[in-house]
Amino acid sequence: MVQVVPLVHRPALTPVGLPYLCDNPLPVTITVPGEKGMTMSVRRAASLCLLALALTGCGSEPIAAAPAPASPSVVATPAPAPTLSITDPWVKTTKEGMTAAFGTLVNNTDADVVVVSGASPLSPKVELHEVVDTDGKMVMRPKEGGFTIPARSSHQLQPGGDHIMLMGVTEEVKPGAQIEFTLTLKDGGTLQFTAVGKDFAGGKEDYQPGMDMGES
Amino acid sequence: MVSALATRPSAQGGESQEAGPGVGHTPAPAVAEPFDGTHQAGIATPPQAHAVFAGFDLRAGIDREAIGRLLRLLTDDARRLTAGRPALADTEPELATVPARLTVTFGFGPGLFAAAGLKSPVPALPSFKTDRLQKKWSGGNLLVQIGSDDTLTLAHALRMIVKDARAFARVRWTQRGFRRTSASGETQRNLMGQLDGTVNPTDLDRAVWISDGPDWLRGGTTLVLRRIRMKLEEWDATDRVGREFTIGRRLDSGAPLTGRNERDEPDFDQVTRIGFPVISEFAHIRRAHVEDPALRILRRPYNYDEGLSREGRSDSGLLFASYQADIERQFVPVQRRLADGDLLNEWVTPIGSAVFAIPPGCAPTGWIGDRLLA
Repeated sequence: MVQVVPLVHRPALTPVGLPYLCDNPLPVTITVPGEKGMTMSVRRAASLCLLALALTGCGSEPIAAAPAPASPSVVATPAPAPTLSITDPWVKTTKEGMTAAFGTLVNNTDADVVVVSGASPLSPKVELHEVVDTDGKMVMRPKEGGFTIPARSSHQLQPGGDHIMLMGVTEEVKPGAQIEFTLTLKDGGTLQFTAVGKDFAGGKEDYQPGMDMGES
Repeated sequence: MVSALATRPSAQGGESQEAGPGVGHTPAPAVAEPFDGTHQAGIATPPQAHAVFAGFDLRAGIDREAIGRLLRLLTDDARRLTAGRPALADTEPELATVPARLTVTFGFGPGLFAAAGLKSPVPALPSFKTDRLQKKWSGGNLLVQIGSDDTLTLAHALRMIVKDARAFARVRWTQRGFRRTSASGETQRNLMGQLDGTVNPTDLDRAVWISDGPDWLRGGTTLVLRRIRMKLEEWDATDRVGREFTIGRRLDSGAPLTGRNERDEPDFDQVTRIGFPVISEFAHIRRAHVEDPALRILRRPYNYDEGLSREGRSDSGLLFASYQADIERQFVPVQRRLADGDLLNEWVTPIGSAVFAIPPGCAPTGWIGDRLLA
C-alpha cells in the first residue's frame, strides 16, 4: 500500500503576476525571481498574456482570441482534422496555490503525438506531471519529454497519474468554473480547451520538483 | 419512454473514447431513461421502485452566477449517470454502469429564486388545519429527486450529486421512499394497504405541463412534496369495514363502494336503503374528487418506513409527490377539502411540506434552468 501524503506547497513563485505580463511589450524573456535558471519562453509569455487578456479583460484593445467553447470540450488547432482532442477535461478546485487538470487526450492521427507544454491564464506556471512511486510514497514530478499519445490512441490524465499541474494559482478555481487551457505539441500545434472546475477530495500526492527545474 | 441502453452512442458526438470501465463488455441488463427532452424525466416516467428526494438550502452568498455553475455541474452528473456512464471525476465509476431507469429531476424552491434575484413562480402553500409541519421536513431552495429500480445506483447518484452540491448548498432533508413499480401490473399500495394513485390525469399536457406564463417554465411543472405520517398502530385497530368506509373504496380491488372494479367511476349520489350516501360525505375519495380531468394532480407517491421505536411503533407514511401545472388551482383546493373533513385524517398527519417549480427539460448541450439563469 502506498502512502499518500498531502500536497506540499513549494516556496513562493511570486511575484510574476498576469497583469505584469500584460503590461510588458512583447516579446520579452522573463526570469522568474527565486527560480534559479528558470526562464519562460517569449512565446509562452505572449500566449499567457493573450489568455490573461481574454479572461480578465485587462488591456483596452479587443483581443481576437478563439472564442471559448460553450461546454467543456474540445477544440483543436489547426483545423480541420484535429490532431489531438481531449474528452471530459476538468480541473480540481482550489482557493489558490497548486491544482491540476485532467481529461483524456485522444490522438486522431496515425503518428504519435507529443504534448510538450501547457498554459492557462490561471497560472503563470503550468507543468506536465507524472506520479511515481518513490520508496512507497507517491510523488508527482515533471514528466520528462511530456505526454506521448500513441497513434490512434488515447492517454488518460487522472488523479494519481499523469496530469497538467498548475502552480502559483492566485485566483480561486470555483466549482463549475470554465478554465481555459492550451497544450502545445512537439510539432508546434496547439490544443485549446475549456476544463470545468470540480471539487475533488483526492489527488494529494506529494510534489517532488524535477531536477531540470533547478530547485535549490 | 424507455430505451435499452445497449450500445447507444454517447450523447456527445465528439466523445470517441469512453472514459469509464465496462465499455466493450456485454452491457448489463440495464435500461436507461433519456435525460434530455421537452420535459424533465422522473415525472411522466413510470415510477421506479426506489426514490430519494433531497432538499438543499443554498449557502450565503450563492447568487445567480453560482447557481448557474451548480446546475451545470449537476446537469452534467445527471446526464451521464442516467445514461449509465460515470460522472465526471467519478471515484466509483463501476457503480454507474447499471442505470436501472435512473432519473434525476431538479426543482427550484422559492428561496432559489430569491437568491437569484428573481420572482418565484411557485407560491408558499397556505396552512391547512391538519398540518403539523416540522421544519426538518419542510421547505428547501433546491430539490433533487432521484429514482431508480436499483438502490445501489440510487445511492451512487445521490452521492455524486451531493459531492458537487456541497460547495453551494447544505442538505436540508433527505427523504427516501419505495413502492411497487408499474411492472407489478397494479396501482401502487401504501402502507395502510390502500391502492394509491387510481385516479391520475391522463392528459399531462393539460394537467401537468405548464403551457403559459414565463417562457423558461413552459414544459415544466410544479411539485408539492408532502411528508404524511401514518398512525399505523391506530389503523391496526380499525376493521376492514371501517377502513373501506373511510376511503370509499374496497381494500382488495380498489373499486369504489358503488362499483365493482378499480376504474369504475364512483357514484357519489348512491344512497343506502335508509338514505345515507354509500360513499360517505367525508370519505377520502369524495373529498379528493376532482371532476375536471385537466385540474387533477399527478400523484407519484412513495412509501417511507424509517424504522421502529423501542416499543415497536413505526415511523411510516407517504412521500406524497403531487405534480400539477398550477398549485393554487389544482393542489390547494383538494388539500383544503381533505383538511376540512376527510375521515382519513384520524390516521394521517402532514408533517413536511415543500413546493418547487420544476423547470422543463433541456437540450443535449443545455442544462436544467438555462432558460432562466443563463
